[in-house]
Amino acid sequence: MLLADIKKGDMVVIKRVKPGAIKDKLMEMGCVPGTPVYLSLKAPLGDPLAFNIDGYFLSMRKAEAAQIEVEYVETDGE
Amino acid sequence: MGSKSAKIVALCGNPNCGKSSLFNDLTGLKQKISNIPGTTIEQKTGFFSIDGSEYELIDTPGTYSFHAKSKDEEVALELFTEGHPKRPDVIVYVADAHNLKRNLFYFSQLADLKIPMVLVLNMIDVSEASGIEIDVTRLQEELGIPVIKTNARRGIGIQELKQAINGSEFVSHLQFGDNSGDDIALRYQRLNVLIGKVQTQKTKRQLFTERIDPIFTHPLWGYLIFLSFLLIIFQSVFWLAEYPMQAIEFGFDKLGAFLLDVMPANWFRSLIVNGIVAGLAGVVVFIPQIAILFFFMGLLEDTGYMARVSFIMDKILRGLGLSGKSIVPLISGVACAIPAIMATRNIENWKDRIITILVTPLMSCSARLPVYTLLISVAVPDTYLLGIFGLKGIVLLIMYVIGTVGSLIAALVFKWIIKQTHVNYFIMELPIYHPPRWKNIGTQVIQKSKSFVTEAGKIILIVSVVLWFLASYGPNTENEKLLSVTETNEIENSYAAKFGKSIEPVIKPLGFNWKIGIALLTSFAAREVFVGTMSTIYSIEDENDLVNIRKKMMTEKDPDTGKPVYSLAVVMSLMIFYAFAMQCISTLAVVYKETKSLKWPLIQLAYMTTLAYVASFIVFQLMR
Repeated sequence: MLLADIKKGDMVVIKRVKPGAIKDKLMEMGCVPGTPVYLSLKAPLGDPLAFNIDGYFLSMRKAEAAQIEVEYVETDGE
Repeated sequence: MGSKSAKIVALCGNPNCGKSSLFNDLTGLKQKISNIPGTTIEQKTGFFSIDGSEYELIDTPGTYSFHAKSKDEEVALELFTEGHPKRPDVIVYVADAHNLKRNLFYFSQLADLKIPMVLVLNMIDVSEASGIEIDVTRLQEELGIPVIKTNARRGIGIQELKQAINGSEFVSHLQFGDNSGDDIALRYQRLNVLIGKVQTQKTKRQLFTERIDPIFTHPLWGYLIFLSFLLIIFQSVFWLAEYPMQAIEFGFDKLGAFLLDVMPANWFRSLIVNGIVAGLAGVVVFIPQIAILFFFMGLLEDTGYMARVSFIMDKILRGLGLSGKSIVPLISGVACAIPAIMATRNIENWKDRIITILVTPLMSCSARLPVYTLLISVAVPDTYLLGIFGLKGIVLLIMYVIGTVGSLIAALVFKWIIKQTHVNYFIMELPIYHPPRWKNIGTQVIQKSKSFVTEAGKIILIVSVVLWFLASYGPNTENEKLLSVTETNEIENSYAAKFGKSIEPVIKPLGFNWKIGIALLTSFAAREVFVGTMSTIYSIEDENDLVNIRKKMMTEKDPDTGKPVYSLAVVMSLMIFYAFAMQCISTLAVVYKETKSLKWPLIQLAYMTTLAYVASFIVFQLMR
């Protein structure tokens, strides 16, 4: 699953950032494997998006969010 | 250390971490902005002393990573290379306690340089309010360097910080990275371990930011709120600035009159009064508008709102070859293109930045306003549409719309022409909202206004003096004991008039005569010089006497046809020309400085002049 596709209320964890020109930039901003993320805001025209990256807000376009692979958080005790 | 020279302290941190406030608190007013030697990149330095030891504080650009993303950052980060004359003795790293992990990423890179460091945890109040607790003692033990809690907004912790800097000889005993391919992931892994030891999330409270952002980025309310802010800003820029501007003009008029009185009537008096004083007035008169604009921009930036504007505007602007971050320069362009172009430094994408620079001068800057005001009063009838909307006001509004639409269309065209050399992306932090740091904003307004006066001032002054010469001397008057033509009211004989007459064939299809030709030339200093030139041409003593300039212009008849020279067609054509033409040497100079190449200012000059010529031609030919 890609970060660009998650919905409001989804709690996900970053699995990997696809190799490419912006991989380092995304990772420096905290988008590293294992980081919990949720969708915080959508701009009026559906793009860009703003995510909460383990405590702070980072906005990016859908194209950038499509570079990040995520998976649902395994919730304990279910 | 025994050395008498000041020790160097570098202030580092992410953007929005509160670094600037801390800089002001540490140095007070003992600070200066200078260029990094050999570059045009500005650097802020300040001085302070602790117990008799002198320290020089260098402000480094706020960045998320040691790996430079822009040329400016690259030069600024060279500071840390071994053997650099200003390599810091101590690094003071400012981290936003509310978002410690991401803030410590850049810290981890600097810590690996093994320069003595002090870590400052700023905005501790915000982090505590959202239920995050940080064990400072533990963090200090883990890192092996002093950790100081501050609240730069209230000046808390500044004394402790000074003491820590004074005794600082500790380098972090943690090694974070290994410069391998997995360096970034490794740093975050180690930071996760560190954060796990020192930080506890006690309660999870929803931030004010999270409650208000759905409104500020709402499809309807978001844009309405932005529009109302714009309205307030423009109202202030134009109406609030009116009074200080009148006072400045009045002051310079009095100064000019005084000098005319006390100085002997010779070429030197003319140079001082008509060249230098008039030139200075042309610069100083814009300070109120520019300061007010800087104030509001600073306010919106400082509180964190501007990032939301970029966020909601990105999709719209992207279609035009711009980015969400182009919005600040475009808005600033309505006051003056010079600070607006300087503001494009925040745009990381080279192509987005170049396009923003190229099209910003099409936004209707305040120097065009006096030109429009005069021309509209000459040719637009004083009638009302539907009984309430004055036709003059509507025409003025249309001129602003033409400028804005023109810049957006130009952007679209450049989007197709200019090649994309770098990957285009938009990755931007949305900082949490802060109450404004007034002191910070105030310092910024003063510093930016100063830099406008010195940068633009130099050029406007030089051009004014050159234009004064061209308008005051002519081939026929040189022998008349240095009596300048303006004093004999014979501008017709000046070099400027020669120029005007020589370009008349070119501008005739636009409806312009040689007198307008002179004004086009002198407008290169600043567009509003048009008004002053018109008053000189029609030999009117007081250049603020709009009523008389208007009368002379309205009654002037074409000697061949007997029809009024300033018909609606000519005036509209002239206004369109001023809307599009690049008649501003200062802007070209700033573009040269910012792009570090002659290519872009020349392209800008060429495309804007062509656009102005063609548009005016069409307007005149259709309306005549």
